[in-house]
Amino acid sequence: MLTRLARGETGRIKEVLGEDSITIQLMEMGLVPGIDIRRVGSAPLGDPLEFELLGFRLSLRRRESERIILFDD
Amino acid sequence: MNQLTIALVGNPNTGKSSLFNALAGLHQQVGNYPGVTVEKKVGQVQIEDTSLVLIDVPGTYSLVANSPDEQVAVSVLLGSQPGTTRPDRILCVVDASNLARNLYLVTQVLEMGLPVIVALTMVDVAEQRGLEIDIAGLSEALGVPVVATQPNRKKGIAPLKEALVADLPDAVGVVAFSDLLEQQVEQLASGEKLPAPLQDPFLARRLLLDASGSIAELAGAEMDEDARRALEDARERIEAENPVHGLEPVVRYGWIKQVVDRLVAMPEAAGETSQGRLDRLLTHRISGTLIFIVMMGLLFQAVFSWALPMMEVIDGSFAWLGSTVGNWIPPGALHSLVVDGVIAGVGSVVIFLPQIIILFFFISWLEGCGYMARAAYLMDRLMAGVGLSGRSFIPLLSSFACAIPGIMAARVIKNPRDRLTTILVAPLMSCSARLPVYVLLTAACIPDQRLLGGWLGLQGLVLFSMYVLGVVVAIIVAFILKTTLLKGPTPPFIMELPGFKLPSLVVVSRRMLSQGWDFVRQAGTLIFAVTVLVWAAGYFPHDPQLEAQLRESYQQRFDQLADEGERAELQAELDAAVSGEYLRNSVLGKMGQTIEPFVQPLGWDWKIGISVIASFPAREVVIGTMGVIYNLGGDTDEESATLRDHVRTAHWDGEPDRKVFTIPVALSMMVFFALCAQCASTLVVMKRETQSWRWPLFTFVYMTGIAYLAAMLIYQLASRF
Repeated sequence: MLTRLARGETGRIKEVLGEDSITIQLMEMGLVPGIDIRRVGSAPLGDPLEFELLGFRLSLRRRESERIILFDD
Repeated sequence: MNQLTIALVGNPNTGKSSLFNALAGLHQQVGNYPGVTVEKKVGQVQIEDTSLVLIDVPGTYSLVANSPDEQVAVSVLLGSQPGTTRPDRILCVVDASNLARNLYLVTQVLEMGLPVIVALTMVDVAEQRGLEIDIAGLSEALGVPVVATQPNRKKGIAPLKEALVADLPDAVGVVAFSDLLEQQVEQLASGEKLPAPLQDPFLARRLLLDASGSIAELAGAEMDEDARRALEDARERIEAENPVHGLEPVVRYGWIKQVVDRLVAMPEAAGETSQGRLDRLLTHRISGTLIFIVMMGLLFQAVFSWALPMMEVIDGSFAWLGSTVGNWIPPGALHSLVVDGVIAGVGSVVIFLPQIIILFFFISWLEGCGYMARAAYLMDRLMAGVGLSGRSFIPLLSSFACAIPGIMAARVIKNPRDRLTTILVAPLMSCSARLPVYVLLTAACIPDQRLLGGWLGLQGLVLFSMYVLGVVVAIIVAFILKTTLLKGPTPPFIMELPGFKLPSLVVVSRRMLSQGWDFVRQAGTLIFAVTVLVWAAGYFPHDPQLEAQLRESYQQRFDQLADEGERAELQAELDAAVSGEYLRNSVLGKMGQTIEPFVQPLGWDWKIGISVIASFPAREVVIGTMGVIYNLGGDTDEESATLRDHVRTAHWDGEPDRKVFTIPVALSMMVFFALCAQCASTLVVMKRETQSWRWPLFTFVYMTGIAYLAAMLIYQLASRF
């Protein structure tokens, strides 16, 4: 899962779970299988998290991050 | 002469507004799309012998619409949005420093069957990052002209204008879906099963790929049972090969990745850029939080204090205008209508302008430079506690200065339920207009005691509690709303943290001025009407008999005085008594006396009752009304020592030993003012922002109800001690 990445660590997306529109929104932002994603950090209260992919920064709550499965999970 | 309508589409944060300004210059109109609070910007520009109408479409990441502004974006492109014509061409604005994600929307737009032009923005940022983009190659891959621009430096605008009016073929899709899918698209588009407006390859493909089905509605078509079955069948046939859910992003990004890898040269060792360092500083647990507190302190200070001098100038000018104009008109109903009704009414609208424009200057600037998203990121967890998101934080913070700009700022919240909840609780934040009431009553009624060994003043503590009270009630109300009336699935928090850039001052100032003008034009008229109405209630019936009687009763005292100064003092006392007597006998005054039984449980006498009723259009007028009622004349402010003394010594009618303003009464009045919706302007702005009278009415009822109960509770409790 995306949440397992440590600060600064990069992983490769394997799958995005869920059959609803949230999954589609995540994928439209570039979170599709095969894309590399790096965890940049987290907000002061531990949530949401900040990531970098395809050259831009994206923030997701843990709740959404948990839908994203990485290779070697 | 030829005419072309061109729609500007692109992701949020691509510099689309700057490009729009660079193209349209001064020839633009800003308004709203009918029925929704989504900003509509249309510009005109003449290029060679073609006159162009430019529509700045709200930013969106995809043609799958998930929020009201994305729905507007899609329906503008489809030509089904009332008030706009179907675009003849589409100008795609693409952030060169963020090419892959921006191309997603472009590949969708190419399939619409219209001529498409791509404008690259942020070319300088891409260069700084060491990205080298093969522009000719990109143009070839997309099959449409690609023009590199830097809107804020006016670079690339001339070639872009040329491209906009050049002869262009319709663009064609570049992303190949499976043969099976294309076959189904073809069948749906050419068959008779779908309603006529949807018999089109582009819409048929969208219907198949976008399971939400919103595209049919946005295209203005209704799917009947047959059409739905045909679509379902087609989708099932595709499913035999591949699941349709998530197919579109996977296929499109597959194409994009291969194109970007081929056409964009990345720097070898990507060290951390200055942008990256800045971002890390601003989102860091400690430095990010500290900077956030400083920024919010500054924003709050600006709206709260910097606006004051401007507000005083406005206040002073209207007072001057009132007295000047007043001198020309003989005393009487017309005099009072013009001075106390019209001029004071217009003044009460204009007085909000400094706060609105200062707040929107800050917000537009912070949004333009990319900080707003960081602020939402930092505050999200806190706001999630009441079921909101980080985006609600700044509207609510601004509401401490004034709920009006706060409610207007809630447009940044994408989810409609979150936005509505934020708007409905915003007036509970203690705004600057409540402060005079707090100051007067604490100074007059709360003993100046020191607590905790002198560290804490009781008066300050009471003042602070009023602010806390508003926040606590807002949290409770927001929580209740989100679990009952506005219940729904938690919206996802998927937010881009855009790269930092210096926002264009033109874009920022435009936004600031258009918000201010919007307020004056749309809310102003109604606020003005309400003010005049309350003026009339406080003025009529205005029986001159009352004045004559009072003058007669003072005559003897005048006769005893020889000294000019003493006579003048007595004259002032008489004038104040006259205006007090008129108010007590006006429609408003009678109302106050009628409602005395209702306000007695709160510990109030009828005079407080009138002052409170009169302050429903604008709470700050309570000070002036109390001044009149306690015979001090209308020009009283909260610092006035005489009013404070009068408040201290006021007693109940016919009971000289019973003081009106005891500590429990002062507390109950402050609590009432903290929680009550006494601001017509807020309610009018709320109507405009929610497009319905239902929500301001709801807010008025719930806030007044809570205010009444809480004031009663605190009075009854405090009276026991």
